[in-house]
Amino acid sequence: MQDLLRRYGPGLTFMMGLLVAFWLLMLVIVPNITLFEQSFRPYLPVTEIGGPRDTYSLNNYLKVFDGKVEKSFLGHVFTIPVHVYTFSLTIFYSMLVTVICFLMAYPLAYYLAKIVNPKSLPTLLLLLFIPLWVSEVLRAFAWWIILAFKGPLNALLQGIGLIEDPIRWTNMGYAGVVIGLVYTYVLFMLFPVYNAIQSLDSNQIEAAEDLGAPWWKIHWRIVLPHAKPGIASGSVMVFMLSAGSLLVPSILGSTTSQWFTQTIDQWFKDALDWNTASAYAFLLLLVCTLFVTLAMWVFRVKLSDIAK
Amino acid sequence: MSAGIDLENVCCDFGTFRAVDNANVSIRPGEFFSFLGPSGCGKTTILRMVSGFIEPTEGTIRIGGKDVKGTRPNQRPTALIFQNLALFPLMPIWENIAFGLEVRGVDKATRRRKAEELLKLVDLPGAADKMVSQLSGGQKQRVAIARALAVEPQVMLLDEPLSALDLKLRQHMRAELRAIQKRTGVTFIYITHDQGEALAMSDRVGVMSQGRIQQIADPKDIYNNPVNGFVASFVGENNIFTGTVGAVSNGMAAFETPEGSFRARIAPEAQGKAVKLYVRPEHTLLSDRAGENSIPVTVTEVAFEGAFISVHARTEKGMILSAEIRNDGLATVPDLGTRLHASFDPARAALLPDANVRS
Repeated sequence: MQDLLRRYGPGLTFMMGLLVAFWLLMLVIVPNITLFEQSFRPYLPVTEIGGPRDTYSLNNYLKVFDGKVEKSFLGHVFTIPVHVYTFSLTIFYSMLVTVICFLMAYPLAYYLAKIVNPKSLPTLLLLLFIPLWVSEVLRAFAWWIILAFKGPLNALLQGIGLIEDPIRWTNMGYAGVVIGLVYTYVLFMLFPVYNAIQSLDSNQIEAAEDLGAPWWKIHWRIVLPHAKPGIASGSVMVFMLSAGSLLVPSILGSTTSQWFTQTIDQWFKDALDWNTASAYAFLLLLVCTLFVTLAMWVFRVKLSDIAK
Repeated sequence: MSAGIDLENVCCDFGTFRAVDNANVSIRPGEFFSFLGPSGCGKTTILRMVSGFIEPTEGTIRIGGKDVKGTRPNQRPTALIFQNLALFPLMPIWENIAFGLEVRGVDKATRRRKAEELLKLVDLPGAADKMVSQLSGGQKQRVAIARALAVEPQVMLLDEPLSALDLKLRQHMRAELRAIQKRTGVTFIYITHDQGEALAMSDRVGVMSQGRIQQIADPKDIYNNPVNGFVASFVGENNIFTGTVGAVSNGMAAFETPEGSFRARIAPEAQGKAVKLYVRPEHTLLSDRAGENSIPVTVTEVAFEGAFISVHARTEKGMILSAEIRNDGLATVPDLGTRLHASFDPARAALLPDANVRS
């Protein structure tokens, strides 16, 4: 603060403080607090808002346990509340997306950080960035075309003789959603991992090799532990963005895929019950945060490592 | 176990730049061999070719008589100590040292015991469970040596490992390295740009410049009988005279310079080449009488260094000569402005060609 004052003078410093405060307060705190407060109140006709029935309760949150469906898993049949089921699948497939993103991003990040000629690096990074210049909606629709029954992917796979009959990608449970989410968020994994690997002293890789380590041992003992904070921050981003994505599941989802954000969306738009929708949204945020915290504890990553 | 290293006509190109040009050297098993040269002379490239990180463009490298072409660093019986040591900061010291054993599938208890033994060898007992960041520069040095020794290499390659240490520690580690080398009997190849380090530790020294090995000899010969001007000036100080060679007889030549005419040694290889006259300051004598190979000078600067007195004196043509007078307790320190005669023994002055560079 003292530095800012000395460098920019009181006028500019005040403006900067004001803008930051506005951003925090009006764009982050107030909307969230409004939704948070609403989530505890019942959905009432306009005339009854503020009336005797408008009291705080946890009812909106407990709605997630309504409506049982019968499901079977590994031959074991059980009943489960339908929204809990959707929620669990959302978490599971978000994890799957995170793992796939990591498996794709790690070799590429290592290649970019340690193997590629530094001269061609800017070109490669640019090539990776170009898709981000296109709107997410358009990219999702592009994949919708690619995955279509008579689309290019099926044509390609049939062309090289890998499959005989075309596959209904967008009608295969969560396949379309997972493909779309991986495509959309893989760069959020790539760049933190790339940054982390890049900061590794190449001499350490050479030292390990010189001491006789095979390539996988070098990665397991030297590169991966060093890149752990980058992997963690990439995973948190990909996981949170996937679990919170609405667009990709809406466009690339099948008749049998339901994402929890779609359930929230239905409470907002179809049921017009903003109170329950808010409760569901906070539920998603809370459980995802707990889940990430747990994962960080299991992998022994500190929050300060991620912030780096 | 230690192995010898043979380099035969080894060349290494980076694009159009030739980093190492036709290197030929035979390093004996158990020898302490140093490559000495300024930065960019190709000495690190030689080390990286021996360790296997770079393949030579031409020529053959043999370790223990076996051609190592195409062998990856993890398959060679060499251990490299990096300039920045490259210890693994996320592992405790003992895991650092035992990393090479872990790779070879040695069980944990044996690894731990071996690491502690090596820590004792490098005089650092009790550091097994510390982290790298807790150690001082000299201690890290020892850990790096222990880590390299753990895999029982036949050849140790050291890339200026002492350059990051302060003077006192550097001198201590010199003796330490030499002692470890004697104790283990492993062949050491040592890279340095510090002539003192190379001369003090090595059995033999290879002096390099611009990708070429200029001279391979024991430290005494490198200093006393340099083969060319580059070696003479890189290893130690000189007063250098330019001029033309006159009559040559019995390995001695007359040399005409603007300062006067001198007589000095000339090697058979140097005859017929353009040469300069090199005289070490400690062989430059100052006296009040003229004699053979002497020129009149005026003292311009005197520095009392303790063990010796360093004197700068200007000739009549304006050239500054430096001379060192050994302080035997009776030596007199000349006053500034004193007119004296500088002279040198013809046997201790050499006519040398310039460095051996590619044509």
